[in-house]
Amino acid sequence: MTELNLYETLQAKFGDQIAGANLEAIGDSWIEVTAAGLVEVCHFLKHDPNWQFNLLNCITVVDYFEPDPKKAAKAGWEPHLEVVYHLSSTEQKHEDGTRFGVVLKVMTPRWKDDQEGQLPEVPSVASVWRTADWHERETFDLSGVIFTGHPDLRRILCPEDWEGHPLRKDYEMPLEYHGIRGR
Amino acid sequence: MAASVADQRVIEFDVRTDEMLVNMGPQHPSTHGVLRLVLRTDGEVVSEVEPHLGYLHRCAEKIGENLTPRQWVPYTDRMDYLAGMNMNLGWALCVEKLLDHNLSDKAKHLRVIIAEMGRIASHLVGMGAYGLDLGTFSPFLYAFREREKILDLFEEACGARLTYSYLTPGGATADLPEGWLDKCSAFLDQFEPVIQEYHALLTTNSIFIKRTANIGVMDAEMVTDYGCTGPVLRGSGVDHDLRRDGEEIYTEMYENYAFEVVVQKDGHYPRDHTYPPVPKEAVLGDCWHRFYVRMLEVVQAIDLVRQAIERYRSADGDWGIPIKLTQKLPKGEVYLETEAPRGQMGFYLVSDGNSIPRRVRARSSCFCNLSVTSDVCRGALLADVPAIVGSLDVVMGEIDR
Repeated sequence: MTELNLYETLQAKFGDQIAGANLEAIGDSWIEVTAAGLVEVCHFLKHDPNWQFNLLNCITVVDYFEPDPKKAAKAGWEPHLEVVYHLSSTEQKHEDGTRFGVVLKVMTPRWKDDQEGQLPEVPSVASVWRTADWHERETFDLSGVIFTGHPDLRRILCPEDWEGHPLRKDYEMPLEYHGIRGR
Repeated sequence: MAASVADQRVIEFDVRTDEMLVNMGPQHPSTHGVLRLVLRTDGEVVSEVEPHLGYLHRCAEKIGENLTPRQWVPYTDRMDYLAGMNMNLGWALCVEKLLDHNLSDKAKHLRVIIAEMGRIASHLVGMGAYGLDLGTFSPFLYAFREREKILDLFEEACGARLTYSYLTPGGATADLPEGWLDKCSAFLDQFEPVIQEYHALLTTNSIFIKRTANIGVMDAEMVTDYGCTGPVLRGSGVDHDLRRDGEEIYTEMYENYAFEVVVQKDGHYPRDHTYPPVPKEAVLGDCWHRFYVRMLEVVQAIDLVRQAIERYRSADGDWGIPIKLTQKLPKGEVYLETEAPRGQMGFYLVSDGNSIPRRVRARSSCFCNLSVTSDVCRGALLADVPAIVGSLDVVMGEIDR
């Protein structure tokens, strides 16, 4: 019951859909999944009796973008978004009894087809865990990722007519919202 | 459409009623903050509930991308403002996990004392406010009477009564003042018998049982599917508590402490002989059980604080010197969940190698707990909606962040 076991199992079962992993990272290790294979992998992880990841803890997006061109040149990565899924299980544990969790990542460009303003698309996992319903709405609202196949994708924390996605690194606070000064 | 439920309390059978949209909130007292529920009602029966949130949204995560981890501590206790200490603890442990920072035994015991006292204070509000939701005022006053004493203790330890910022990455901002432990023990001795009063006022009160037993029943599969955690999860009979099942950095705080997870197993709660029995009307996973789990957790927290005080007195080491304000973080990312009073509170931290993180994320326990409302309130009576939402014990500050 280790991360390495899990990675090998997934690789053997899903092949190319498992795009990579970082098992020696500082902090948590993670496994990268392609957008196309995400729902299948999640379905397997939840329902396979060996793993039973029945709790979806969190969905979030990390924006890798540096507005300052000087810093961007030194950053060591191309601008992209990482959609991060934290799963755990109430049934399975590590051998020493501690929490067994897994981190899945889906890499996506910041804009669909490199057209600024066109939000990237990632398949929704709301059909696997119902937790994903609200989490994906929040992620869409704040980070601007469209979850295809989501039953009701609309803003949840910001007002319905809000413009932009605040957790993007290039977001600019509006000057004015319904007569209220923004900044 | 005529109302049709197999509920004896509904007397309007075959009476033609119109569907009506009712706005509950955002200022309704039983919504625990500014939550707006749009109810589609047909007579007394609710056919659809649509929660609208975000009234308290402050984009704390965005603020976290511009501050160092220690500077962000005050923002964490403004999320769940009824359990600020537990929020501070979750964030502190998350940063320490990234830094691979080890605490002395004394610092860990200090944290157990503070975190469990925070749990008591939070569950007291949960209990008192639940009484308010159901229309009884007095438990609220009794709960706040005891909570004041905990706040006095916290004030003495850190100077604040609500937004503490006391536990911080590296330890705590100060050691407990002299004589504090004795005052804390005296409070526990005085407080423990008072719980019997609460049981008399609410837990065994027949009106209370009628309002909560067999209302808002959720089975184990439903709560895990929605990601509900904490007392909501355990109230449905799932044996999962991060103090025992969490990650090592968190469970080692509670290592060698004697405690059992409060959950009904084989029809019994642990050590339930000293508590009022489960009424025969109550069904596992209903509002009454969620309330009962919280009440038992208060008693358990008293026991944990007593153990922690003993250990703290004899432990070696310092009380935990905080890390530098601008401490450089290693490049990497961590996610850590802790057992806050309302559920599993998660913090996610991504670092580029600077002292200011690239991404900070707070996974809210109440956010998931609230998402179950529209499902569980479908088909309920209008008067039961406050009973169900109240039993989830949500704090909007944490949901909206």
